[in-house]
Amino acid sequence: MIGTLAGSAAMYEAMSSLAYAAEAGYSGPPNLTGNVKGASVLILGSGLAGMVSAHELRKAGYKVLILEYQDRPGGRNWSLYGGDTYTELGGFKQNVQFDKGHYLNPGRWRIPYHHQGILHYCKMLGVQLEPFIQSNYNAYIHSTKAFGGKPQRFRHIQTDFQGHVAELLSKSTRQAALDQAVTKEDQEILLQALRNWGALDANYEYTAGEASSNKRGFDFDPGGGLTAMETPSTPIGLKELLGSGLWRAVGAGSGYETQQSLFQPVGGMGMIGKAFGATLKEVIKYSAKVIDIKQDEKGVTITYQDTKKGGAPMVATADWCICTIPVSILSQIPITVSAPMKAAINNLSYSSSVKVGLQFKRRFWEEDENIYGGITYTDQPNSTIAYPNFNYFSSGKGVLLGAYAFGPGAVRYASMSPEERITKTLEYGSKIHPQYMKEYENGASVAWHRVPWTLGCAGAWTEELRARHYNNLCALDGRIMLAGEHASRIPAWQEGAVLSALDAIRRLHQRVTQA
Amino acid sequence: MTPIKHRTQTMMRSLTLALCLASVGGAAMAQGGFGGRYPDQGGEAVYKAICQGCHMPDGKGAVGAGMYPPLAGDAKLGAKTYPAFVVIRGQKAMPEFGTGLEDAQVADVVNYIRTHFGNGFTDTVTAEEVKSMRPARAPTGTVRAPG
Repeated sequence: MIGTLAGSAAMYEAMSSLAYAAEAGYSGPPNLTGNVKGASVLILGSGLAGMVSAHELRKAGYKVLILEYQDRPGGRNWSLYGGDTYTELGGFKQNVQFDKGHYLNPGRWRIPYHHQGILHYCKMLGVQLEPFIQSNYNAYIHSTKAFGGKPQRFRHIQTDFQGHVAELLSKSTRQAALDQAVTKEDQEILLQALRNWGALDANYEYTAGEASSNKRGFDFDPGGGLTAMETPSTPIGLKELLGSGLWRAVGAGSGYETQQSLFQPVGGMGMIGKAFGATLKEVIKYSAKVIDIKQDEKGVTITYQDTKKGGAPMVATADWCICTIPVSILSQIPITVSAPMKAAINNLSYSSSVKVGLQFKRRFWEEDENIYGGITYTDQPNSTIAYPNFNYFSSGKGVLLGAYAFGPGAVRYASMSPEERITKTLEYGSKIHPQYMKEYENGASVAWHRVPWTLGCAGAWTEELRARHYNNLCALDGRIMLAGEHASRIPAWQEGAVLSALDAIRRLHQRVTQA
Repeated sequence: MTPIKHRTQTMMRSLTLALCLASVGGAAMAQGGFGGRYPDQGGEAVYKAICQGCHMPDGKGAVGAGMYPPLAGDAKLGAKTYPAFVVIRGQKAMPEFGTGLEDAQVADVVNYIRTHFGNGFTDTVTAEEVKSMRPARAPTGTVRAPG
């Protein structure tokens, strides 16, 4: 396992440079040249996939119209602010009471540096970005079953894990256990590297002292003048560390999508959708609930209802259709597509996810615990506590993410009323931050399976499902093509929606111009 | 050089999987995380912990851009194996709950639904029957952590 961990990192670096040239990610704005012959495209959904499609197609000379179920653009690119009301399925209504300047990103909340597609549109739209802190070494890793339920600083767990692993590996190296795998010269280098990486002492042991404390921190920090003497901290023993399970969170900021740098829009993720929607306002028709999608050799016919005005269903026609409606909903709408695409639409379920935002009277995580942004991990159903990555050191209030639940934890959260979700989230969080109960003011939650316009968080693809359905889902089926995070290999990330749309319109354009 | 290319792709794929797991990282700390089991025992408890998220506390479902079907007064529930099959395997947008629930939990919740919300079916489904309805091979694979 040790070898796998160390090896993966090195291998990954090598693989990245190898894979770079063949990367099928963002390759710049699409170059849709050629005569589009006055072709028209109906786009269903004004999330990022729909708006990217509309923007690029319009630029290329197509006539476009977006039909959107909601009364705002952005889809899952969304932020909730004080004054907003949100009614989930079942009629549970929340009046969001956050103070001005605070928000909850119910869905997407971070943009990795290599998601160049969405970053391109942020730049184009003038959406200001700021750092999203994924890894905070001073935040906590917490388990109700370890260390008497006392949260541990991330830097302690990470440093101690590395330290013990380095000590073991250096022991193996010095006992000639690696002679077959590593040359004598490289063993010397390896030992140096392990001492450096694992904060080992002069004897290649992981002990309390300067080396380990320079990574995990001191019990008493070095100071100035006559109070200058530091006291080293004591590492957690290997057995206790392994038994705690807290090592599970150590890799949380090292995945390709969670490595620094990550970004978030200033003022909330929803700023992207808002800005994009403003540039497309003359081509978006809001409050339009699609109830039928038909195509024949001449074109596509979409039937929809105006959910605000009511009245008889209306009809829109075009030469082509890009449908970004989540397949959780599309599977319920009559649509004339081939059997393989219909099977793909019918076989993708949606994963569960829940977020809870909590406003507190003061930023106690900063004032009392020196935690500035980043994430605490817990084995409780709330899974995550994330601290606001802006307005540091301000003396006022703060909204933190009290829960970002997945899997069964999220399913169970979704079954609660919004009030129960808050109660539970406060209960879980209090085990990590005892200040919760005294400082809590108000909160809001979004359970994605109760969101009226998605019925879930994102397409729950597995490789097994993809092998059977992915290509059929993405095919140009007559005059209809699907786009969105579900039609990408980066589901549940905005980049997936953007790249899916770009791929769809490139193929559509090719068909139109070559016809 | 085809073999090398092939090997590279395979490595990339296994690496991608490793990274997916890694990026789940902290999420895997959570009870169950992705995948994982439901602790709730008894039909009512399972219904209230899982089903009512979509089918609602009164079993009447809900309507938005799409809809969640009502379980109240649903004639399709007359065949006791039908709801058990749907719970185990999922259907359209509905995820499968076969991997998260034991046979007895599935049987209990199906029997609960078939005798509540205005449903008055008298036959019951057993854990053994649920077991026999499971797919030969449980679904596998990792779902990536959302952004």
